[in-house]
Amino acid sequence: MSKATQETVEESGGQIASVSGPVVTANGLDARMNDVVYVGDEGLMGEVIEIEGDVTTVQVYEETSGVSPGEPVRNTGEPLTVDLGPGMMDAIYDGVQRPLDVLEEKLGSAFLDRGVDAPGIDLDEEWEFTPTVEAGDHVEAGDVVGTVPETVTIEHKVLVPDSPPGSAGGEVVAVEEGTLTVTDPIVELDTGEELTMHQEWPVREARPTVEKRSPSEPLVSGQRILDGLFPIAKGGTAAIPGPFGSGKTVTQHQLAKWADADIVIYVGCGERGNEMTEVIEDFPELEDPTTGNALMDRTCLIANTSNMPVAARESCVYTGITIAEYYRDMGYDVALMADSTSRWAEAMREISSRLEEMPGEEGYPAYLAARLSQFYERAGLFDNLNGTEGTVSVIGAVSPPGGDFSEPVTQNTLRIVKTFWALDADLAERRHFPSINWNESYSLYRDQLDPWFEEEVSDDWPSRRQWAIDTLDEEAELQEIVQLVGKDALPDDQQLTLEVARYLREAYLQQDAFNPTDTYCSPQKTFRILGAIRTFADEAFDALEAGVPVDEIADIDAAPRLNRIGVQEEWDEYIDELEADIEAELREHY
Amino acid sequence: MKEYETITEISGPLVFAEVDEPIGYDEMVEINTPDGDTKRGQILESSDGLVAIQVFEGTTGIDRNASVSFTGETLKMPVTEDLLGRVLDGTGQPIDGGPDIVPDDRRDIVGAAINPVSREYPEEFIQTGVSAIDGMNTLVRGQKLPIFSGSGLPHSELALQIARQATVPEEEAAGDEGSEFAVIFGAMGITQEEANEFMDDFERTGALERSVVFMNLADDPAVERTVTPRLALTTAEYLAFDKGYHVLVILTDMTNYCEALREIGAAREEVPGRRGYPGYMYTDLAQLYERAGRIEGRDGSVTQIPILTMPGDDDTHPIPDLTGYITEGQIYVDRDLNSQGIEPPVNVLPSLSRLMDDGIGEGLTRDDHEDVANQMYAAYAEGEDLRDLVNIVGREALSERDNRYLDFADRFETEFVDQGFDVDRGLEQSLDIGWDLLSTLPPAELNRIDEDLIEAYYVDDETEAEAAAD
Repeated sequence: MSKATQETVEESGGQIASVSGPVVTANGLDARMNDVVYVGDEGLMGEVIEIEGDVTTVQVYEETSGVSPGEPVRNTGEPLTVDLGPGMMDAIYDGVQRPLDVLEEKLGSAFLDRGVDAPGIDLDEEWEFTPTVEAGDHVEAGDVVGTVPETVTIEHKVLVPDSPPGSAGGEVVAVEEGTLTVTDPIVELDTGEELTMHQEWPVREARPTVEKRSPSEPLVSGQRILDGLFPIAKGGTAAIPGPFGSGKTVTQHQLAKWADADIVIYVGCGERGNEMTEVIEDFPELEDPTTGNALMDRTCLIANTSNMPVAARESCVYTGITIAEYYRDMGYDVALMADSTSRWAEAMREISSRLEEMPGEEGYPAYLAARLSQFYERAGLFDNLNGTEGTVSVIGAVSPPGGDFSEPVTQNTLRIVKTFWALDADLAERRHFPSINWNESYSLYRDQLDPWFEEEVSDDWPSRRQWAIDTLDEEAELQEIVQLVGKDALPDDQQLTLEVARYLREAYLQQDAFNPTDTYCSPQKTFRILGAIRTFADEAFDALEAGVPVDEIADIDAAPRLNRIGVQEEWDEYIDELEADIEAELREHY
Repeated sequence: MKEYETITEISGPLVFAEVDEPIGYDEMVEINTPDGDTKRGQILESSDGLVAIQVFEGTTGIDRNASVSFTGETLKMPVTEDLLGRVLDGTGQPIDGGPDIVPDDRRDIVGAAINPVSREYPEEFIQTGVSAIDGMNTLVRGQKLPIFSGSGLPHSELALQIARQATVPEEEAAGDEGSEFAVIFGAMGITQEEANEFMDDFERTGALERSVVFMNLADDPAVERTVTPRLALTTAEYLAFDKGYHVLVILTDMTNYCEALREIGAAREEVPGRRGYPGYMYTDLAQLYERAGRIEGRDGSVTQIPILTMPGDDDTHPIPDLTGYITEGQIYVDRDLNSQGIEPPVNVLPSLSRLMDDGIGEGLTRDDHEDVANQMYAAYAEGEDLRDLVNIVGREALSERDNRYLDFADRFETEFVDQGFDVDRGLEQSLDIGWDLLSTLPPAELNRIDEDLIEAYYVDDETEAEAAAD
């Protein structure tokens, strides 16, 4: 199906046989698996999900109230595709790539009615096309034929479309240039084929590449606990599971805002309407920390809120990752946030149960694990067909029922992803944010990424991180004893360890997403905050050895200032001064 | 309208009938029993020649000879401003003996989703007069903030207190009457006694004239419960977005609603999800809760306070769990606090208002609001932790710092949270009580509060003593 080329709809004469929620069966429809069909008199969009004898089962992406048996079903003969081309940055789509702002205009209402369609990219908008090929050049699928300034930040590269339906490539015979729409021909090949800026791709199929490689650069998020302890690579995968209220969405928003990716695709899958509105209102006003331009210029939003049709929730992650892959093919680093993958899994469960399929664990379909891994495998660092290198990083939130990580979606996700950020309701309750549990989380990219941090920040990066982890581990053990006997029963050195660990938690691990300065913390600052705590620890233990009582050490005036580093803009000077004060104050005691 | 006498199966709340014309999904059905009763129902599944009908009033009295007729349209709610002050049953029929309703419009009760692009982000503070909510878990216009409670806890009193006291101080101060305030009360499966309590309170405070009440009682058919909240929300949307009211929707008890969903699911022999609840319960609940919000360019707003009783006080039960994932926070009513006589017994630690951060602070409430709330959370959490320890080692074994936190936690419950169901506290007052409590801790411990704010608000005994001496 293509919304840009709707005239291909065939009248193949199917008829609705039954309707039950989003699942409709039709008789006499000549269709292939996953073809897009239009259902009923209103032409509601749907997708073929089962064929049995003469009966075709369709999941409908819109509300089906009032649809009755006997109404026609028409086949487009094409699978669910997205429109690709300039105009996707700064856009906001529903789960099947209908631009929500265009729908608002077309419907003239704040409510989403059904049976309205619009192409994913504006077919009339004009773009300034600059060719990069000339007559006589040979081009193949995936090659760049020209560029378009899509937003201030993003230069859109126009690619020769790959199959399906695709281009075989050939010799360029004519090239256009200047102000053109996405449907105007830009390059003519000797095969007679005319290329435009618009192409389509079926969402359930990964776009082809030459090779997938192991990533070696971190996706710097500006979040201390992530960059410092549990980094994710550009091209890596991460899961954020957590019960409600533990801060999944804030963490996803922080990543979408501050991650140093070129492009961010934010998929709001079955989440809250007000949250999407917050993104829509906030992002245009926020600055991209690397380029200084509006964040929205590098962002594409896909919003399928929890009350929008369930079938479109199932498709929205695919729509998102296909758009991500398209920009990857241009050589960009793309980060995709999916919030939440559990809603996607539940949509699968809902459809599966309406099909009366044999359920697997907890009612989820048996193919849950396969679908999840297929999706996450589309992330990675790739050598593209055109010789460039691009990445797609995928960060999926998971909403386990009751916060129980042993449920199928969390477990199947953990088997695939290499970074695990475990959110913890206890931490959230005491307003420790981001409430990522440092004892349970892990990153398998650490060793791979260390060389980058050593090169870009400091050789001491791995050792200092290890010190922090060891101290926090020790604290966790000591806390168990404290719970039994109280803190004062511990020996002095262990009490001091607890004090140091407290600063690690409060000054390093906690970060205020709503403070304009603390919300983004560069790796350099992250490293120096840890350094300042280390300085305090070293000096404090020296003082303890020299006989200073632990109470006096803990009481020095300078120490609580550690907690204020995060909000300092001039952190470098602040830390210099603070370290000197800590040293001076402690040394006064002996 | 064609009548059929073709019922083939009756099972629980479901009736199956053969038809020879296409019937639309979700369409309304009327069933006339041989006794002359008319029952209403809705199409749950429609296929060639056979329909499954979910009957609202229960299937008692329906037999094979009952006649079935199809209205050709989905369920609609007649809406008009005159609904204010009226009491309706769970299917929207007046039960207060008043005049018939002359509708302005008839609206489909399955509301369409609000386009996220058209929404306006909620950030207008609603003062509920309850410290535990205003100070710590602020409610804003257009939010959906459920009350998580348990059987036998005073959640209704809390809901009524909110309904009674809710104001927007800014508008009041400006003398701006703004848009009018309305309450929609949707009761699902509550007992007659509970219903009486609500009605008495509404009448006593004169709130009824700005309210619309939908009553589905415990002995009304369960299936009817699935439409009651939709009728309530359709009315709310009409009043808010067509007539410019600020509507507060109280839905109680969502647990009964979910039980009704499960009943229908079981009768249809669907593959059950967790604990027998249908797999689509998340979607179904979202279609209710997501009908809260504000729309750009419209004056009104829909704010929702759904109440649910957690079976066994277990918040991992599917009903509170799915609700928590959809709503913008939750308020916990706590059994221990209740037995201590704290009114309202709100446990702030697991409570949360997700939209709080954008609705408070300088220019909206008070500059210290966020920091005070965060600090009190942290201090109360620390005090709570220490209570466990005290049980083992006793108070004497704890340091002075720890003892201060313990005292803080006690005073927080008895002075900040416990205010009584009839006391209306202004936000300023709530925050000042907060500062009184926080000032029992040394200023250096207040690491969540900006230094300037500590300077401005910290109640220092010594300086006060000096001031008194002068």
